Amino acid sequence: MASGGAHDHHIIPLKIYFRVIAILMFLTVVTVAASRVDFGVMNTVIAMLIASVKAGLVLAFFMHLKYDDKMYTVAFGTSVFFLLVLYFFAWVDFYTRFIHTGIVQ
Amino acid sequence: MSTANTSASSDGKSHVHHHAHHFDSAEHEYNAAKFGTWTFLVTEILMFGGLFVGYILYHERFPEMFKAGATFLDWKMGALNTIVLLFSSLTMALSIYYMQHDNKKMTLINLYVTLACACIFMVVKYFEYTHKLHLGIGPGNYFQPHGHGEEVQRALGFLKDYPNIGMYFSFYFCMTGLHGSHVLIGMGLIIWLIRRTHRNEFSSKYYTAIECVGLFWHLVDLIWIYLFPLLYLVG
Repeated sequence: MASGGAHDHHIIPLKIYFRVIAILMFLTVVTVAASRVDFGVMNTVIAMLIASVKAGLVLAFFMHLKYDDKMYTVAFGTSVFFLLVLYFFAWVDFYTRFIHTGIVQ
Repeated sequence: MSTANTSASSDGKSHVHHHAHHFDSAEHEYNAAKFGTWTFLVTEILMFGGLFVGYILYHERFPEMFKAGATFLDWKMGALNTIVLLFSSLTMALSIYYMQHDNKKMTLINLYVTLACACIFMVVKYFEYTHKLHLGIGPGNYFQPHGHGEEVQRALGFLKDYPNIGMYFSFYFCMTGLHGSHVLIGMGLIIWLIRRTHRNEFSSKYYTAIECVGLFWHLVDLIWIYLFPLLYLVG
């Protein structure tokens, strides 16, 4: 815990908060616009990429991860990591059963 | 190392926050509370994550059925709620910013705006839910369209082509329902913050509760950022 006292908490300038909300609103428009174009199988991937950029901005600035002790980023990172582990094993299970039987049982 | 933080309130009645005896200092208490909150957020991400993994796998398996289900969602309602929730995240962050500057009035204004945004979100959700349930567009076996109108005819047509279309609405109601219950709990927590701010319990030296509720509120926003394109747009 790097900061020495209660007085040392990093205060993010208002300018940055307003810039971040402007980008978030812009990306919301981009999300809707992108859904109007058919990218085929990439539709979901593109939507998730834009959502992840927005999530990153919320985490870094609104939730202060950019300025806080890295310990908090590591804590958050573990949840993402184990979510990917869950997705990987669920995906392997799902598709191995699907390949053999033709239907998801 | 005893620390007593005095809030600078304008009415002369200052409230002193003493950190709990099992902490070395106010900073120690602040960091422990914040790390505890983050640990809780990790469990939240994993809880919602299970639903997201299920959604993605079944979406890959039944893409046409999901697309058909998504036609019953109004993207304008979803977009409105996205904007409202993003804005409420800003005002939540600003309430902390102003308390860091001992500006009680601006903190309160921002907390009230955050609460108002949460109300708007829930009202929009209420109209979406009641409209669907009124037409019999429910989750799983409760997908039993009845009545008149274009939407009901479309739903009955989809039911012939995709007998498992109720699954889309199982995901829809589970994910938005769990998210909506988080918004309601967040509203309760924000009311608690407003009450404590009115009582001059916070200052630039002690605002742990606002910080932690803020983190929770941003997570609720974060989950909606993913829910909106997944449910309303991609389908």
